[in-house]
Amino acid sequence: MLLLTCPYCGVTAEETEFHGGGEAHIKRFAGGSDDAEFTGYLFEKKNPRGVVFERWRHVYGCGKWFHAARCSATLEIFGTYSAQTVKPSEAVISVIQARRPDWQVKP
Amino acid sequence: MSEFKRKSTDGEIEISQPDFTGMVTLRADLANSETIINIERIIGLKLPEKRKLIGDLSHGMAWMSPDELLVFCADPAAMAAQLNAGLSGAFLVADVSHARAVFLLQGDGVREVLAKGAPVDLSPEVFLPDDFRRTRMGQVAVAFWMSGQSPDSFGLICFASVQEFMFDWLVTASKKGSLPHYL
Repeated sequence: MLLLTCPYCGVTAEETEFHGGGEAHIKRFAGGSDDAEFTGYLFEKKNPRGVVFERWRHVYGCGKWFHAARCSATLEIFGTYSAQTVKPSEAVISVIQARRPDWQVKP
Repeated sequence: MSEFKRKSTDGEIEISQPDFTGMVTLRADLANSETIINIERIIGLKLPEKRKLIGDLSHGMAWMSPDELLVFCADPAAMAAQLNAGLSGAFLVADVSHARAVFLLQGDGVREVLAKGAPVDLSPEVFLPDDFRRTRMGQVAVAFWMSGQSPDSFGLICFASVQEFMFDWLVTASKKGSLPHYL
């Protein structure tokens, strides 16, 4: 069971109050892109063992989308941060680096 | 106006629906100082803090999200007209009185009844007077709050379309002898 904190309303609740939205920080390829780019955007999601960045929505609460960084192996939550960003916040990256010294930020 | 007025007094808590509660949804940028001034002037109450309710069902405001308030009033049409006339910039006002159902819950077991269905810490030291929490009750999206007057008095709103289910759920959860007396 994941305990997530919504960065918009500050509520910490278990995952049934939220809804997962899949991999975060992916670039959307739509009009003007070729088939391979669109296929990659739509289907080819990373699913690493370890640190993952995800989108979540506080669906039963304030309704806002946000980002979460967690470990897919231990289910540890490293942090949650605003949806209005294209890359993880410095604060959450420093938490991950402290907890997982071998982990590297990939482009 | 909702035509279903329900009441239950034979369980651990008393459950009832008020005759009518005017409710107006207001969506606007609640961080904008001009918007805050206008809302406080029109409604005559201070803007509620995050996850708080200010006032009561006849005249009050609840914090729904960083850009949404629920305004309680006696005359929602007049309130919506006043808000539409008095606010500027990007905002949305909608009379949702007929789309929401209100339940009033009274009794010293009310925290335990709510705790059966919501992933919320309802202990007296955590859930405080005038706290307003949007969450789920069973599988239904709800918001509930603790009255500022009495720790045994809660209010709950849900979508009007599920009010019959919500009432049955609350009656079942508050059956005599079904509370653990833990909170």
